[in-house]
Amino acid sequence: MIEAININKSFDNKIVLKDINASFKTGCTNLIIGQSGSGKTVLLKSLVGLHKPDSGSVMYDSRNFTAMSSDQKGEIRKEIGMLFQGSALFDSMNVEENVRFPLDMFTNKSMEERRERANFCLKRVNLENVNNLLPSEISGGMQKRVAIARAIALNPRYLFCDEPNSGLDPKTAIVIDELIQEITREYDMTTIINTHDMNSVLAIGENIIFIYNGAKYWEGSNEDIMHSDNKELNDFIFASKFFKKIRDRL
Amino acid sequence: MYFGSSFIKIYIMNFLYHLGRYAIFVKDVFRRPEKHRIFFSQIGKEMEALGLSSVGIVVIISFFMGAVITLQLAYNLEIPIIPKYTLGVGARDTMLLEFSSTMVSLILAGKVGSHIASQIGTMRVTEQIDVLDVMGINSANFLVLPKVVGMILMMPILVIISMGVGIIGGWLAGVVAGEVTSADFVYGLQYAFVPFYILYSLIKSVVFAFLITTIAGYWGYYTNGGSLEVGQSSTKAVVVSSIQILLFNLVLTQLMLA
Repeated sequence: MIEAININKSFDNKIVLKDINASFKTGCTNLIIGQSGSGKTVLLKSLVGLHKPDSGSVMYDSRNFTAMSSDQKGEIRKEIGMLFQGSALFDSMNVEENVRFPLDMFTNKSMEERRERANFCLKRVNLENVNNLLPSEISGGMQKRVAIARAIALNPRYLFCDEPNSGLDPKTAIVIDELIQEITREYDMTTIINTHDMNSVLAIGENIIFIYNGAKYWEGSNEDIMHSDNKELNDFIFASKFFKKIRDRL
Repeated sequence: MYFGSSFIKIYIMNFLYHLGRYAIFVKDVFRRPEKHRIFFSQIGKEMEALGLSSVGIVVIISFFMGAVITLQLAYNLEIPIIPKYTLGVGARDTMLLEFSSTMVSLILAGKVGSHIASQIGTMRVTEQIDVLDVMGINSANFLVLPKVVGMILMMPILVIISMGVGIIGGWLAGVVAGEVTSADFVYGLQYAFVPFYILYSLIKSVVFAFLITTIAGYWGYYTNGGSLEVGQSSTKAVVVSSIQILLFNLVLTQLMLA
């Protein structure tokens, strides 16, 4: 479980996160949702240590990540996998080298073993025969899957996904969402997904946190969200007339 | 008056800010690499990408500069009492003392510096550096140290190639244009030769290699924004490293030759 305790963060005197308290459960997909500019990415990056919170702490299974030295953080980081919005694959490496990269850096396995593990991870995300292609030679959806394969290469305990289906068509987006959910359950990981995609919210939102203007406004599941009376949440979720109609019928 | 003093204050503050951040960056770059096997393979790749790929431009520029230096010397020394072998002496000393180290470094600041800054800058804006940071890898060290070491190893080789090719260019231009005989030019090359000039040039080239790679790495690493900012970082890397090369050239010349 990952806990955010009283997280505050500001940039140039502009408050971005205000007293965020949240728990992200193990073995289920935890979603952080909110409008663009609401502070979702800053919260995710604060949780993962890319931003240092002004105050508050982040606990990884009761281990205070914020108070750790950089060496101690390094140990936790080896248990973290992260999927970035733009996939962030290394341009100069081919698909297999990208997936093998964490194994090359952090394990003393033989080349054969590392290759085997990379191929296993690629197979797990339903990618085959693309090992020698460069990231620029594969589609956006495939890039995301390669990034997921890289993120799970070291068998992480924690998986962070920053808008995993941005820029993807709805069908591919659902494939990616379901893949993340399957992997989360299979490896019993604590997965946190940053999204503003309604399909993701409804499909895989087992534990949802709604951020509005840098503060936590609501928490619940995808079932609760349909019946919530939180005005800001409803304005966000049911922004389109189509979704309003669906909600009224429910 | 007020505007002028506040402008100077901002300029100084900005300079000190970058100087301090550069010092911290260099400290991070020179930490122990995570995996030595990967580090050494990266050095090999960087030697090829930064050094070997620059041989062509160094050869072309050095050849023509050597030729032009000889012809200009011939034009300026058309006095009968000055012996013709002076052309060999002049071409040799110009190439050894200044051109092959400083001018080649300035050219490489443009080619290699912009390459490094844009490569690392693109990695920053596409979150590839964040991937390394999340994994707990020292990204400054991982990305920049192999470039620094690779360039420090390749730069003296490029300088020696430049010296040789430049002198050949001078000899060929002098002989073909009929300004000097081959024997006179070769005699001039050997006349009052100071071997320390080569060492002086190589020491300078190592310092310049360090400056080019760390300054370009710094501007690339701290790129913030998108493709426009990557271009700006690349330009800053070239401008700042060129100025630093000229400044350190002055300091090193005073220290080693004065």
